[in-house]
Amino acid sequence: MSDEAHTTAASRLTRRLVSGPPFLFLLVFFVLPGLIMVAASFRYPGEFGGLAPLSAGRPGEEAGLTIENYRVFFGDWIYAEIFAKSFGVAALTALICLVMAYPVALAIARSPRQRRDFLTLLVILPFASNFLVRIYAWMIILGPLDLLFSRTAVVIGMVYVHLPFMILPLYTNLEKHDPVLLDAAQDLGAGAWQRFWRVTFPLSLPGIFAGSALVFIPVLGMFAIPEILGGKDDWLVGNLIKESFLGTRDWPFGSMLSIMLTLAVLAVAGFSAWLARRGGGRA
Amino acid sequence: MALLEIRNVTRRYGDLAAVCDVSLDVEQGEFFTLLGPSGCGKTTLLRMIAGFEAPDAGRILLDGKDLAGTPPEQRPVHTVFQSYALFPHMTVAQNIAFPLRMAGRPTEEISRRVGETLELVHLGDKAHQYPHELSGGQKQRVALARGLVNRPRLLLLDEPLGALDAKLREEMQLELIKLQKEVGVTFVFVTHAQAEALALSHRIAVLRDGRVEQMDEPSRIYGFPKNRFVADFIGSINLLDAEVIEAASGHLRLSVAGLGEVIAPHAAAAGAGLRGAFAIRPEQVRISPHTEAPQLKNHFTGRVSSFLYIGDVTTYIVETAGGARIEALLPNSAPGRAQFFETGDAVAVSWRHDAGAWLGE
Repeated sequence: MSDEAHTTAASRLTRRLVSGPPFLFLLVFFVLPGLIMVAASFRYPGEFGGLAPLSAGRPGEEAGLTIENYRVFFGDWIYAEIFAKSFGVAALTALICLVMAYPVALAIARSPRQRRDFLTLLVILPFASNFLVRIYAWMIILGPLDLLFSRTAVVIGMVYVHLPFMILPLYTNLEKHDPVLLDAAQDLGAGAWQRFWRVTFPLSLPGIFAGSALVFIPVLGMFAIPEILGGKDDWLVGNLIKESFLGTRDWPFGSMLSIMLTLAVLAVAGFSAWLARRGGGRA
Repeated sequence: MALLEIRNVTRRYGDLAAVCDVSLDVEQGEFFTLLGPSGCGKTTLLRMIAGFEAPDAGRILLDGKDLAGTPPEQRPVHTVFQSYALFPHMTVAQNIAFPLRMAGRPTEEISRRVGETLELVHLGDKAHQYPHELSGGQKQRVALARGLVNRPRLLLLDEPLGALDAKLREEMQLELIKLQKEVGVTFVFVTHAQAEALALSHRIAVLRDGRVEQMDEPSRIYGFPKNRFVADFIGSINLLDAEVIEAASGHLRLSVAGLGEVIAPHAAAAGAGLRGAFAIRPEQVRISPHTEAPQLKNHFTGRVSSFLYIGDVTTYIVETAGGARIEALLPNSAPGRAQFFETGDAVAVSWRHDAGAWLGE
């Protein structure tokens, strides 16, 4: 027995050693802070930022636990409006990215193998220069066009920054398609459009979902682009959260907004995963 | 007029002619096979018939109409690909319905014909499964059904049995023959497996280096190979260098390396002094104990140098006194005896004077 039992024990140990550190890392730096934030969202803000003490200190100062932050959130339409606006911008950005990225990803996937790596490098090349510098550059471009400080400018900036996150997963998906499937479709009577619509597109759905999630979610939390390129009316959730922490120094309120955003994102991710399983999960 | 006419077709890749001046006719309802080793041009020829490649010279006609300029999707020709190329995101029924939908058939007709075709390939219960849930043989059947459902004038099959294991391949061969008879569609089959070609085809074209070496019925290709290449490629055969001593009206006298004088059937191309090869199939060679008196003119003594017991037959390699190695088949038809001779046994090999053939260079 011992030999086999030994191997299983050894492989179990290996598995723990390998998966242990990342697991611990996520526990300490993701789950724990998350829980702290949940706790913070039920507290009162401290006088000069931070959190108020749990037990009453000086007279007149609020202490203990409260659901006040959530009451404010659900009590005023403005927050729902900003959330809706943010989701709208995120969805529009994802859609424009998809439409722009698909031909690029397809072109890379169908180019000669030895050229693909180079083209992929070109896609990620913009990351080599500083993000803020690139956004300020857009100010110079959009200013003379009279588009600066508008919703349009925000979406342009968002699309520009997130386009590679759509191209890469799409390319990774399209590159795996067996070209003989297109031959088969053509052989069986499908013209160019039918070959795309009936074969390439449905098989690329997992890539579309992955790319959309990679664009949609970061856009929701993005505050730099609306701040630089947008007007005061173009604030998104990200700006609101940033302002709560750094502006009004209301940490509990900022925590509550973060949690609401996380829940909303999880809802969208869950929906998209469900769609993917139903639609194109078999590629 | 033949259904498919291939007229002096040539296809070059750079300096290499993958298909070189090939002409052949395929008749309506025929099971026609393009047979040859890899790189002989058979797949290139198939792709030109399907329309994925264009000939550099020559013409391909279907029903008398030149196919040049007609893209693959408009040719009444469908292909069963070696890897099956089933659409992974579609069910079996959706895969089979694909060519009908592309042809714009009405919905009721599509569902009726998909059902009929599923029955034809015995997959009635698999209609709503996805390709990844099927076995190799079932995928093969779906690919066949998809190729046949819209009743093409011609079905091209590119090594469709290559991915199956031996037992399944034999089953599918029988099924292919039956299927082709039932639907009456003309098949053009490509393979490098000579046994498969012999078993399935009405006619075979043996290709080498882009040229047709021989085109005939299976029994004639096997029994009367035209040259050394065809003889060697189809089945197993003893090939020995030989020179013609005398070309008489009814027979040839040959001087065969390692054997000496051999009497062989007459060949039109043979003339005294010509060099070539003497070819004889192992099953035509009789192996007997050396003590037995010679009954045939072509009789040579030797020793068993090795043997392979295959089950139904045993293959003996006999080294003759002159140094030739002759392969002989002995059927294991007598019960209870696994073998007749041992390695090192003194034996004789012999064959009738009308067996074997002289092949020119």
